[in-house]
Amino acid sequence: MNFKHKHIFLLPGLLTLLGILIFPIIFTVRLSLSSWDSFYPGLDFIGLENYVRLFTDDLRFWESFARLSFLSVTTVFLQYVIGFSLALMVWEDIKFQRFFRVLFLIPMMSTPVIMTVIWRTVFHESLGPVNDFFSLFDMAPPWLSNEYLSLVTVITVEVWQWTPFMFLLMLAGLLSLPKEPFLAASIDGAGPIRKFVYVTFPLMAPISIGAIIIRLIEASKIMDTVYVLTSGGPGTSTETSSYYIFIKGLREFQMGYSAALSFTYLIIMIISLTVIANVLVKIFIKKA
Amino acid sequence: MTFIYRALKYGFVSVWSMFVIAPFLWALSTSFKDFNSVTGSATYIPWVDFEPSLEGWKVLVRSPAQGGVNIVEPYFNSIFVTCSASLISIILGTLAAYALSRFTFKAGFIKNNDITFFFISQRIMPPVVLSIPFFIMLGFLGLLDSLFGLILVYIVLLMPIAVWIMVDFFNKVPREIDETALIDGCNPYQAFYKVVLPNSIPGLIVAGLFCMIFGWTDFFFAFILTFTEVQLLPVAIVALNSSITPWWSLSASALVSVAPLIVVAFLVERYLSKGNLSGALK
Repeated sequence: MNFKHKHIFLLPGLLTLLGILIFPIIFTVRLSLSSWDSFYPGLDFIGLENYVRLFTDDLRFWESFARLSFLSVTTVFLQYVIGFSLALMVWEDIKFQRFFRVLFLIPMMSTPVIMTVIWRTVFHESLGPVNDFFSLFDMAPPWLSNEYLSLVTVITVEVWQWTPFMFLLMLAGLLSLPKEPFLAASIDGAGPIRKFVYVTFPLMAPISIGAIIIRLIEASKIMDTVYVLTSGGPGTSTETSSYYIFIKGLREFQMGYSAALSFTYLIIMIISLTVIANVLVKIFIKKA
Repeated sequence: MTFIYRALKYGFVSVWSMFVIAPFLWALSTSFKDFNSVTGSATYIPWVDFEPSLEGWKVLVRSPAQGGVNIVEPYFNSIFVTCSASLISIILGTLAAYALSRFTFKAGFIKNNDITFFFISQRIMPPVVLSIPFFIMLGFLGLLDSLFGLILVYIVLLMPIAVWIMVDFFNKVPREIDETALIDGCNPYQAFYKVVLPNSIPGLIVAGLFCMIFGWTDFFFAFILTFTEVQLLPVAIVALNSSITPWWSLSASALVSVAPLIVVAFLVERYLSKGNLSGALK
């Protein structure tokens, strides 16, 4: 179908988005070539100096990136396994089906940053309920001030907050599956486990890939949680890339350098997400 | 075998439900505490563990001059910004999605899929990358610390979601519908407005709900781009999280902020059960 005024439909949205974004994108690239900081704000030109510093003399950025990769892969994996299981369970017959479906969606509807403030009180080391429970065993794990435990805390909160999103995508996928393959499997006498391995899982493979990619994109932006829960601490042990860029740019006002960080980070993200997407397609489709 | 499976299933679902509810219950209980019940050790059940007080809730309706926390104005700001940005994003996004689903575009090597990807790829950008240039741009336009500036930024956040959901949705609406309308003498605008749009209401609602969720729950842009004149709800509540945190009013305001979106959860579930989400969410 074609029609000569087709641009009237597309252009308002496209131009609005471009109009709002064109300045930020060009400005970020230009800013990354300057030494703008709080002492000398201004767009001078220092060539690739910021990038050289980033690649040769900034271990903290690469550490934060490694940590971010670890955090997003772990949380998304947990969210996928839990979200898919929950979706399967309420997709089948279960008592109070609609109640569970609504309940499982609720964390996603709550503002992450506000719920994190609540989680902070939950994990409070002397006054929170978690350590009240652990005190029964005479233990008081430092949930927010130990470098490893604080990662566990961040993961717990992220899983709580975003499993519902995975659950929603997977349940919507399950509900859209055709009925015939399941009937055929039942007639062939397949048990629940074989039905899952040979029918449900392969049919869900494309949806799984989509859901995992979407969640990885969103998870790579982890920032609110870290900001409220631990402020990147103790030390830099929960600092993610976004948070590091935030500190450099809007706390230390090294605008030029943080723009270089942002730009490098974007390029790495786009490349790695493309690679991950291809790998996932191989894993899921091969098994199917 | 089936028995074990059922036991495991109900076990898992119950444990997860408890995990989901726990922080809300804790917040509910905390919102009725006062200073004495919070310090000391963790307490749970009113009247048994501690003497309930309405202080946390009263603070919310008192004016700041009397030591209250002003969340009424941020509340309405949040509603206004979320709704305006969602509405604009849905309108522009739906038009663009319709064009991308029905017509072929070609400009050099750029085709329909590339344009769709351009829209959706905006979600990859972490807010922090955009925040600095936005800060400078809005400052230049005199829109820092204003509702209009925030709406502008939120459109960038929400339009990709609208396009993403609506392209998939329109791809599922049979093309014959448009073609019949055209044969019956509608021009393409009328075909879209009178025939396609009424058939797309479920998709529009889903896209709208998603825009609302992501607009309502954003914190970072509101945090960076506003200071004193305009405050959105998440920023106002997190501001309470100072060194001497009033846990009770914090919990009460957190619950108040979650409340409107519980309705959204019910709506999403309803459209999910009807099978309307399945097409829209792939």
